Amino acid sequence: MLSIGLGHYLTLAAIIFTIGVVGIFLNRKNVIVILMSIELILLAVNINLVAFSIFINDLSGQIFTLFILTVAAAEAAIGLAIIVVYFRNSDTIRVEEIKNLKG
Amino acid sequence: MIAHSVFFYIFSLIAIVSAVMVTVSKNTVHSVFFLILDFISISCLFIMIGAEFLGMIMLIVYVGAVAVLFLFVVMMLNVAEQKGQWFSSRWDGGTHIPVGLLVSLIIFFELIIVIGGWKYKPDLLNSLSINISTEVTNTRSIGNVLYTDYILLFQISGMILLVAMIGAIVLTYRERAGVKRQSYVKQISRERDEGVDLVEAERNKGVKIDA
Repeated sequence: MLSIGLGHYLTLAAIIFTIGVVGIFLNRKNVIVILMSIELILLAVNINLVAFSIFINDLSGQIFTLFILTVAAAEAAIGLAIIVVYFRNSDTIRVEEIKNLKG
Repeated sequence: MIAHSVFFYIFSLIAIVSAVMVTVSKNTVHSVFFLILDFISISCLFIMIGAEFLGMIMLIVYVGAVAVLFLFVVMMLNVAEQKGQWFSSRWDGGTHIPVGLLVSLIIFFELIIVIGGWKYKPDLLNSLSINISTEVTNTRSIGNVLYTDYILLFQISGMILLVAMIGAIVLTYRERAGVKRQSYVKQISRERDEGVDLVEAERNKGVKIDA
């Protein structure tokens, strides 16, 4: 309990990952919050990679975290741009009213 | 060691609570602020565990750029207040809630089972490629491999950022009426003859410009 090992970090990452998934599933109001939940999930993945990298003494995990950070930033930019365009076209970004893609 | 554990628990508690608040807050602006708090506490954890460079990069990239981007969009679109319950739906009357919780719980327990029961591969320590050296700093050792072994991935990630930038601009660009613009063709094709007029000035009379 007192000495922090790899399992503590992995558990923290699992909890944050699950909170992100819950946010995606349950949110029916706001697409921006869903994007933020995706950021939380990527954050959990980053915690896993960094924890493994430190505990098995290999640097490549941290390098991969750097690349995930890049991709997360690009994804946030594109996603927010799509949201802005959608809001401009239809005056709402409430999830329950976005139904143009429904088959 | 005790201090390390105490700080780990403090930071991870803050991270978990603020992650919950990100999804639960009714006000989207509050969600963004809790997201920032989450990033800050996780980067504190990174710095504690010995990945200083990544902790600082998290602060710069996430808190300084991504979260501010979220804040801009939330304020620009004027959608900050989520009216009514954040999880209720007009369509299915809330049946997505138990299903969503069930799936999330299953995912969580799967992750916990994996964490409890995994082992390292027996020859893992021989297959490691880049050992963390204790003699140079974290930033320096990342730089040593990032620009040599991982140079292709590094450049490809730069291309990803470029494509994202172009994509965001192309998506949000729109033509507006009544905006004065440069005409590049007209500017470039202008020649000396129409631009410069040499006038013979008479003595003591000067030149009339608007003649």
